[in-house]
Parts: sequence; structure tokens; C-alpha cells
Amino acid sequence: MSDTSTPSIMQEVQPRKPWVNRGQSVRDMVRPTVLAGVVASVVVLVTGLAGPLGFYFAFVLAFIVVSFINGMRHDKVKAIDKVMTTLVTAGFATAFIPWASILFTVFKRGASAIYFGYFTHDMAYTAGDDELGMGGLSHALVGSLLILLMASVIAIPFGIVTALYITEVKGKLSGLVRVIVQSMSGVPSIVAGLFVYAVVVSRYSFSGFAGAISLAILMLPTVARTSEEVLKLVPEDLRSSAYALGASQMATTFRIVLPTARSGLITASMLGLARVAGETAPLILTAYYSAVYSLKVTGQPLASLPMYIFQNFSTGTDTALTRAWGGAAVLLSFIFILFIIARLAGRGSRK
Amino acid sequence: MSIATVDKPTDDGPPRRAITNQRNASDKRFRAVVTAGAMFAFVVLALIAGFLLFRGFEVFKEFGFGFLTSSTWDSGTGESLEGASFGVAAMLVGSVIVALMAMILALPFVIGTSLFLEYYIGKKLRAVLVSILDLMAAIPSIIYGLWGYLVLMPYAAGWAETINKYFGWIPIFKVDVENFDASPFISALVLGLMIIPIASSVTREVYSRAPQDQISAAYALGGSRWGALKAVVLPFGRSGLIGGMLLGLGRALGETVAVLLTLNLVFELKFQVLASAGGNVASLIASRIGEAGPSEIKALMAAGLVLFTLTLLVNFGASIIVSRTSKVAQ
Repeated sequence: MSDTSTPSIMQEVQPRKPWVNRGQSVRDMVRPTVLAGVVASVVVLVTGLAGPLGFYFAFVLAFIVVSFINGMRHDKVKAIDKVMTTLVTAGFATAFIPWASILFTVFKRGASAIYFGYFTHDMAYTAGDDELGMGGLSHALVGSLLILLMASVIAIPFGIVTALYITEVKGKLSGLVRVIVQSMSGVPSIVAGLFVYAVVVSRYSFSGFAGAISLAILMLPTVARTSEEVLKLVPEDLRSSAYALGASQMATTFRIVLPTARSGLITASMLGLARVAGETAPLILTAYYSAVYSLKVTGQPLASLPMYIFQNFSTGTDTALTRAWGGAAVLLSFIFILFIIARLAGRGSRK
Repeated sequence: MSIATVDKPTDDGPPRRAITNQRNASDKRFRAVVTAGAMFAFVVLALIAGFLLFRGFEVFKEFGFGFLTSSTWDSGTGESLEGASFGVAAMLVGSVIVALMAMILALPFVIGTSLFLEYYIGKKLRAVLVSILDLMAAIPSIIYGLWGYLVLMPYAAGWAETINKYFGWIPIFKVDVENFDASPFISALVLGLMIIPIASSVTREVYSRAPQDQISAAYALGGSRWGALKAVVLPFGRSGLIGGMLLGLGRALGETVAVLLTLNLVFELKFQVLASAGGNVASLIASRIGEAGPSEIKALMAAGLVLFTLTLLVNFGASIIVSRTSKVAQ
């Protein structure tokens, strides 16, 4: 900036740059917010809208009006732009209110069910409406882990092989396989359960193994599609180099391609697990539920976290519902942990 | 650089390998095994359709098209199909009503979320918010159902009452009995919430591929941000939006537990979305299988086949539309 105290003819003229986006100044942000807040408060006080939700909607409506009037100081185009910015932002923000509510309720109400013994007791001698210091979900946690382990043993190898067929073998049926995997990812979970019910359960009995088959069906497409994405990222040069050194395709796949993609494949498996860990519908038809801790995966029903929640929800008393929230908190934490592992493994592959 | 002179092969080195374009035996075996493994998905899909058809065939033979057009669900003696009467019309229509409502409720939020994440915020914040959105997509449906029944329903029943009070003259908002709990409306709210992250991840992906030069051109002509979005991004991403919403529709049609917990199943063809009565094929299967006799199980298998076919068609349409867009964009 030139010194204003010494005027001169040669004073530097600052060119105007109307096209530079100066962004919104703090004042431009604060004024409509405060104004909309005041209007919304008045609306909540005067009309039937009540509570935080009522305030929120009044606030959004008021903000739309205020931003329109604000924009009209320039022109109509600016005014419409401001209104749309408000609408788009509100569309995004509004979707987050219920999610915040879900997370908040699950962990707040779930916390009152969880005590130290919650992870070491089962429900063999405890009814759903007994007081909260008794019983636990060890049986459901172990059952879930067993079922997921078995499902992984089936789904992960087949998922990766399916991806290998598309990226390495590049067979004639690649397109068809991709379409099949896509369709399989759309199979409703209850249909997968019904299928296993028809094939396994109706002949033998409810079992953890049957549950694992139904979850494997749902898990396979996720693993296959994510693995395909990951394997595509392996540079073609690596394969060419291996072939140039005289390696067979099998050796190239096992010694070069798969190790290169390892962390990505871990991500694929974790995403597959996270996808099915909370599935309830197929388990109603396959593994069902048992209140007793057990490691037996055939011949008898096996408990799982989703079914523990479902069972306690069906009981419906206050303490049972609190137990259901407790189960939900454990299940959600479990899925979030799987997600974090997937994310960390994915970060490793990018380096 | 000069061309390296090739040494004449000497006898004391390792024997030269024959140059061939044939794959060796182990590679042939490897490729065969991988190919066989990849057929697993195909086999499973065929087995599902085959088994459901096989187990439900008698029902289709007995009731023919009546299975799709009748709404009675009476297992008769429970042992055989004689004297029993099964029809999924009410359930099928209920499934479609709830799923369509969920789509309509989710649509503005899907567009808002996709546009906001792609065009209103910076890269760093986007990465964070996208992973939060992915996490929300991973919340199990039973937790959505639990929350929908215990937390949302008291609010939503109030909203339903208000809608009924002012718009009750529209036939679908009419109710016969003043009970607004466990209605298709509430299930649709929960399902709508569930499909927002699924649909918006597809939509966002397509929106992000909108041609940057056209967006810049819109700005250069003096257009505002909304002007550029309206003129370039929204028309470009329309089929991506349709594909994403269809994918969400497929998910909503097949959803079981979230609906089972929040909907009062009634075997009657109804179009009153605010009333405490609705239908859903998936929930029907889950709720009836426990106490079903041999004949009813056959009927449930047939219902499963109907659901399977319906979702397969919807998903197929979705993937065709999405893949067509990505081809145009490349």
C-alpha cells in the first residue's frame, strides 16, 4: 500500500480485479446467521414448532429467506445462488442429524447395559428382563466371531480368485463374471438366508455353520469387487518384468501380484466383514439364537450379536431394551474397528 | 550406443529355452483352477434361483398368477396346500410403496449431499466427510430399526398426525383408525436414511466426472456457482443419479430387519401410508418362518423367489445405467 500522507501524481493505481473470488468475509457469514437465529427463535416461541428440531427447521427456513434478501442487494442471479447454497448445505447437514442421533443413542443407552462382567457372562441363567448387573453377551460375541471366521474362510479365497480371474487370467467370461458379481451384491440378505434354510437348515438343523454360509454369500461380492479394484492398481510393469525374467503366470501371480496388493486385499476382506457383521435377517433363518455360551458350530443354534439385539428387542421390557442397546454399542464398535483396520491397511498400500 | 553383439550360445551354459507362445502345464492348471473358482459366484446365484424355484414350484402350480394378485395368507391345515390360500399381493405392493417412498424422501438429500461434497467444500474436508458417510453406510440395519422404533417413531408419529390433519383429504394420507405408529411412512423414513449414503456415493462419483472445461466456461460467462451446477453438472449427472437411486431402491426392496421392527404387517391391500398397517415381502419371510408348517414354508420360498427376481431386475437396470454413464464420461 502506498503512503497516503505524501500524495503524488505518480500514486500507484491498484487495478481492480472483480473476477477474483474474495470468499465470504466473516461479517457476511455472521450477519445472516444471527438474523436467521433471531427469526427462528421468534418462530419457535410464537408457533407450534417446538424443541431443537423445530428450531433447526425454522432456522433453515429463515436462513433461506435471509440469504435471498442478502443476495438481492446485488442481483437476482446472486440471490438464487445464495439460496441454493443454503439448500444444498442444509440437505447435507440435515442428513447428519439422524446419524448423530443414532450414534448418540446407541452409545449413551448402551453404556448403561455394559459392566465388567458383560463380556464374560452369557444369558444362560439370566432372563432378558432381569436387572442389568447380571448376564452378558460373551456367547453372542464369541458366536459372531466364529460365524464371521467361517464366512471369511469361504468368501475371501473365492472373492480374491474371482478378482484374479478378471485381472490376471483375463478370461473370455470376465464381463459375465463382473455382471454376476454385481447381481450377487444385490441379493437381498433374507433371500440368502432362505436359500441356506432350504439347503442346509431344513435337512439338518439351525447351526452356526449354516449362518456362515449365508453370510459368505453376502460377503463374496464385496470382497471380489474391492479386490478387483486393488489388483488393477498393481503396475503392469511388474508383471511384464516377471514374465521377462521367465516367470510363469502362476509364479507371477503368487510371488509378485498378490504380495504387492496384500494390504489392499486386507482392506477388501475387512470391508467384506464389516458389510456382513451386522446382518440379522439371514441369521434368523440359519444360526438362530441360543442363550448359552458355546463353541459348537454344527447341530445346534449359535448366538450372534445381531440376534442378541433382535432377541432382546423382541422381549421388549425396559431392561431388555437397554441390553439391546448394549449389544448395539458392542456391534457398532466392532464394525468401526474393522473399518479402521481397513483404512490403515489401505493407507499402507498407497505408500 | 552400439548394438550389443550377441554371443553365440556356448555349450557350457544352461540350455536355451525353446521360444514358444504356448503356456506350460502348471500355468494351464493355474488358469483352470482360477476360472473354476470364478464360476463359484455364478453357481451360487443359479443355485439360489434353482432351489427357491424347486421348493416354491408347487405353490406357483397350485395358485398360478393368484399368488401375485391375492392377498390372503391362510395356511389351512398347515400340512398340504389343499385348503390353504397364499397370495403376496399386499406384501409386494407394500414393499414397493415403502421403497418408493424411501426414494422420494431420500432424493433431495442425495442430491444435496453429492453436490455439497463435490462442489462446495475443499479436498481435505471432503475426504473426512466421505469416510464418515462410508461409516454411516456400514451401520447395521438392526440398529437403524432399533433407533427407528424407539427414537424416531414418537417424533414421526407426530409428523404423520400433522400431515394427516392438513392433507388428510388426499386419499393416500387418509387413515381409518387414528393410530400413526409402525406405519409405512415411518419405515420409509428409516429406509430413506439407510439409502442416502449408498445412493450418494454413486451419484457423487458421477458428479465429480462432469467436464471441468464446461464448468469453467459457465463461470467465464458470468454464471454463478449454482448456474454452473444447473447448466453442466446436473444434466451430466442425471443418469448417475438415477442409477444411484435405483441401487438404493434395490436395497430398500430387499431390506428386512429395519422394516420388520418398524412396520405393522397386515395382510390387506392398503394404500394409506400413514396408517399403522403395511406389507413387506422380506419381513413376511422373517416373521413367519419360525412357526411355519410345511405348506407355508413352500409359500415363503415362492415369496422369496418373487423378491429375488424383483431386486435382480432393479439392480440390473441400475448397473446398466451407471455403466453407460461411465462410458460416456471416459
